[in-house]
Amino acid sequence: MHQPTTDPRPSIYYSYKVFQPWLPSANPAQQKQPVVIAGSGPAGMVTALELARHGVASVVLTPELQFSQGSRAICFTRRSMEILQQVGVADRMTEGGLPWRFGNSFYRGQRVFRMEAPHDADDRFFPIINVQQQFMEEYLFDACAASPLIDFRWGNKVTQVTQKNGFAEVQVDTPEGEYTLQADWLVAADGGRSPIRTALDLKLEGASYEGFFVIADIKIDLPLPTERLAYFDPEWNPGNTILMHREPHGIWRVDYQLPEGETPEEALQPESMKTRINAQLKMIGHEGTPWQMDWSSVYSARTLTLPDYVHGNVIFTGDAAHLLPIFGVRGANTAFQDAQSLGWHLAFLLKGLAGPKLLANHSTERVGAAREIIDEAGKSTRFMAPPSRGFRLLRDAVLSLSLSQAFVRPLYHWRTSRPHEYAGSMLNSAGDDNALFRAGPAHGAPPQNIRLSADDFLLDHLGGAFDLLYFTEAAAIPEPLQAVVAATRQRGIPLRVVAVGAAHPVTGADLTLADADGHFRHRYGVQASGAGYLLRPDQHVCARWLTLDANRLQAALNTALPQ
Amino acid sequence: MTATHKALSLPGLETAYDALATAIDEVGAGKTELFLVKLALLNANALGDPEQFQQHLQAALKDL
Repeated sequence: MHQPTTDPRPSIYYSYKVFQPWLPSANPAQQKQPVVIAGSGPAGMVTALELARHGVASVVLTPELQFSQGSRAICFTRRSMEILQQVGVADRMTEGGLPWRFGNSFYRGQRVFRMEAPHDADDRFFPIINVQQQFMEEYLFDACAASPLIDFRWGNKVTQVTQKNGFAEVQVDTPEGEYTLQADWLVAADGGRSPIRTALDLKLEGASYEGFFVIADIKIDLPLPTERLAYFDPEWNPGNTILMHREPHGIWRVDYQLPEGETPEEALQPESMKTRINAQLKMIGHEGTPWQMDWSSVYSARTLTLPDYVHGNVIFTGDAAHLLPIFGVRGANTAFQDAQSLGWHLAFLLKGLAGPKLLANHSTERVGAAREIIDEAGKSTRFMAPPSRGFRLLRDAVLSLSLSQAFVRPLYHWRTSRPHEYAGSMLNSAGDDNALFRAGPAHGAPPQNIRLSADDFLLDHLGGAFDLLYFTEAAAIPEPLQAVVAATRQRGIPLRVVAVGAAHPVTGADLTLADADGHFRHRYGVQASGAGYLLRPDQHVCARWLTLDANRLQAALNTALPQ
Repeated sequence: MTATHKALSLPGLETAYDALATAIDEVGAGKTELFLVKLALLNANALGDPEQFQQHLQAALKDL
C-alpha cells in the first residue's frame, strides 16, 4: 500500500500544502483513457495542459501529496516563458520572479568574463527569470486544476507498466491499495530516475561526469544584483568551481564542486557545508553575514538521452527521456520544449488529423534537440568540471591566460539553453521559399516576437493551432487561400489566419495587425504583399513564402500533417 | 609542413630553442605543463588555422 508522507515539507519561504489522495473507492470504475501521464513535474503538467488546449483529456498521476521539495530548477529562459504563456501561467511567473541578463565569471578575484544575454525591444520576456520550482509547480497545478480535461490524482504511484496490443496498462498504488488503469498512451514524465524507464529496461546513451556539486539554498541578505556569478579555482576550493544565483524570497543558491574523492554523504554534513559557504561568503566580501540553510542536494553532470522517446504505447519526456547538466539551465527548460512538442503531436494523432508518423516526428525532433544540447552542454561541463587530466590542464591554461588574453575569455560562455530549431524536420515544406528569405525565422525556428504596442506582442496571439501569417495590404485574403483555410478547418484542423500590414480589418483573417511602420514585415524579411509564414501549433515555422498561393498552402499543410 | 614562407630561419629557431628551454627552467617542474599548454593556445590563436594546428598536434604526437 502506497503511503506518501502527509507531513508538509520543511521550507523557510514556501508553505507546502498537503493535498488529499485520489482514491479509487471514491470514484467510478475506470474506463480506458486516451492519455495517462505519470509524473507531475514541469514535463508532465505542461504536457497535460497542452493536450487540454487541443481538447484531449488526460489523467496525471503523482506519487506525492505535495509539490517537490527545494527550489530545484530556478532559471527559466525566454522561450520557456513563451511556452508557459501558452499554458496560461507566464503572468504568475513574472509576478514573483527575478529577471536577469548578465553573467559574470571570476578568477583570482578578477572578473574575467561578463556575458550579456541579448534582450530585444520586441521581446516580452527577459532572457532568464529566476523562480523556485515549487512556485512554478503550484502555478502549473492551478492551471491543471482549472481544466475540466485534466484529472489530477495525488498519491497515485505507478507500480507496473504492461504494453498491450495497441495500448498500455498501468498498475497504480494508492493509500487504500491498487487499481488498474488502461491508456491509449502512457506518457512517462516520471523524472530523472524514471521507474518506468527502468521497468522497460531502456538504456540511456551518452556520458556521465564524475565531479559532484553540492547545491545549497540559503536565506541571506546580500546587496548584489540578480546576475549569474561563477568563481573558478578559488583559494578555499582549489581547482573547483562555484556558482551563485539570487532567488526570490531572500534566497541564494550556492553550488560548489567537491574536491576529488569526497563523497556526497561527507559533503552534506552540516559542518562541512557551513565551513564552505562561509568561505565563499568571505571570498566575495560578505564574511559574517548571517544565513540560514533551507535545502541542499548533491548533483553530478550527465549528458544522456534515450535514442527514441516512443516505445510501444509509452512516450518518454523531460528528465525521464534525457539527463542534462545544470550548466546552461537545461533541465526544466528542455522539459517545457519536450512537453510543448509532445502536446500537439500526440493530440493531432489522437484526433485522427495525422498518422503515426507525426508521433515519430516528435521523437526524432526532440531526440535531435537533446543531442544538440548534449553536444553544447558537454563543452560547458568539460570547462566547469574537467573530467580528465588533459581537460583540467587546458581549463587551467585558459583561466591563467584569461587574466591578460582576451581571445580565451569567450570560453567562459556557458552556452545557455536556447530553443532547438527543427531545421531538418519532415514537417517543413519542401516547395516553399525558405531559402530565398534574407531575414526572419527560418524552417523549424520559433517565431520572432514582435512588439505591437506597449503591452501587446505577436506571441500573445499565436499558438495552439496552425497560424498563417499573411502579409497583405488588400481588403481581403485572396479567395483561393480562404477556400483552403475553410476546407482545412472542415477537416477539424485548427488554422488561424493573421493578416499583417493592412490598416483596416482584412476579410477572411481572424486578426489584422496594421504594421504601419513596416517593422513586423522587416523582421520577417518580407518585402512585398502576398508573402506568408505557416507556424505549427508549437509556433515553430514549417513553411514561408515570398508569394503564397492556394496550392503551396495546401502542400505545406499536407507535409506538416503526414498521414 | 606546407607553410614554408612562415618557417623560422636557423638563427630564429635557435633563439626560440633557447628561449623555450630557459622559460621551462624558470617555471619549474610543477608548472611546466600548464606553461606549455598556455603557450600552445597562444600559438594556436596566432596561427589562426585550425587545420594546421591539427597537423602540428599529429606531428607532435609522433615518436614520443
